[in-house]
Amino acid sequence: MPSHKINPNNWINLYSDYLFNYTISRVNDREMAQDLVSETFLAGLKSMANFKGEASERTWLISILKRKIIDYYRKINSNKGKAEVRMSYNSDSDAEGDWLEERVADPFDKTAEDTLENSELGDAIYDCLGKLPEKQAEVFKMKTILGYDTETICNELDITASNLWVIIHRARAALAGCMEKNWF
Amino acid sequence: MSKLKLSCQEANHVCDKNQYKEANFWEKVKLNIHLIYCKACRKYSANNGKLSKLFKVSKVEAMDHNSKEKLKSTFEKELAKHQ
Repeated sequence: MPSHKINPNNWINLYSDYLFNYTISRVNDREMAQDLVSETFLAGLKSMANFKGEASERTWLISILKRKIIDYYRKINSNKGKAEVRMSYNSDSDAEGDWLEERVADPFDKTAEDTLENSELGDAIYDCLGKLPEKQAEVFKMKTILGYDTETICNELDITASNLWVIIHRARAALAGCMEKNWF
Repeated sequence: MSKLKLSCQEANHVCDKNQYKEANFWEKVKLNIHLIYCKACRKYSANNGKLSKLFKVSKVEAMDHNSKEKLKSTFEKELAKHQ
């Protein structure tokens, strides 16, 4: 059932932040994540003919991205011996004499469940952001996630400060409603 | 409007600013006074705070503006070849 359509014109606006967020939680390197996202888009463009419409565009792009991330890990591990896990218990000299127990991750600090919940929360946030009008989403992301100050955003997007606050207010109200439904 | 009273619209604006730590002391005082007697704004403030907290704990990331523009231009060049 080809119910989903493919339209690459809007890919960057619609999915780049979502894909980036997905990648950064897995590779932990901004530069690398950006490269992977850009590669994903280009690869998607090349194999557009293979898009059958069984899944949404976003799911389809994520499946490409997953391969890219796996490839990335293969590449950095391809040098012989790098793949094996090496542990040095006392690498930095200033920690000499510390108890080994102190270096074990604190089980109360972060559990697997927390991380899982965090990544799900990230997905939920991006789902809600995706429902906002493009302009609102853009301004809101710059302000909240990237933490740019008001002046920078105003210059970048050529809007006034009061304009920005109105946009932020609408975005926050809509997002709060959306998250209320999907998360709490 | 007296010195200590805000309209609901102003109160919401201060509340929004406060989410980014951009409200000054007097604005915060006035907001809190408004919240004492305005139920609707209390609700908005609570939700707004919850939303900010969600963003803080989720640690979501986004691409910064410049690299997005760069990505856009590379992609559009490639897109033109395909159409």
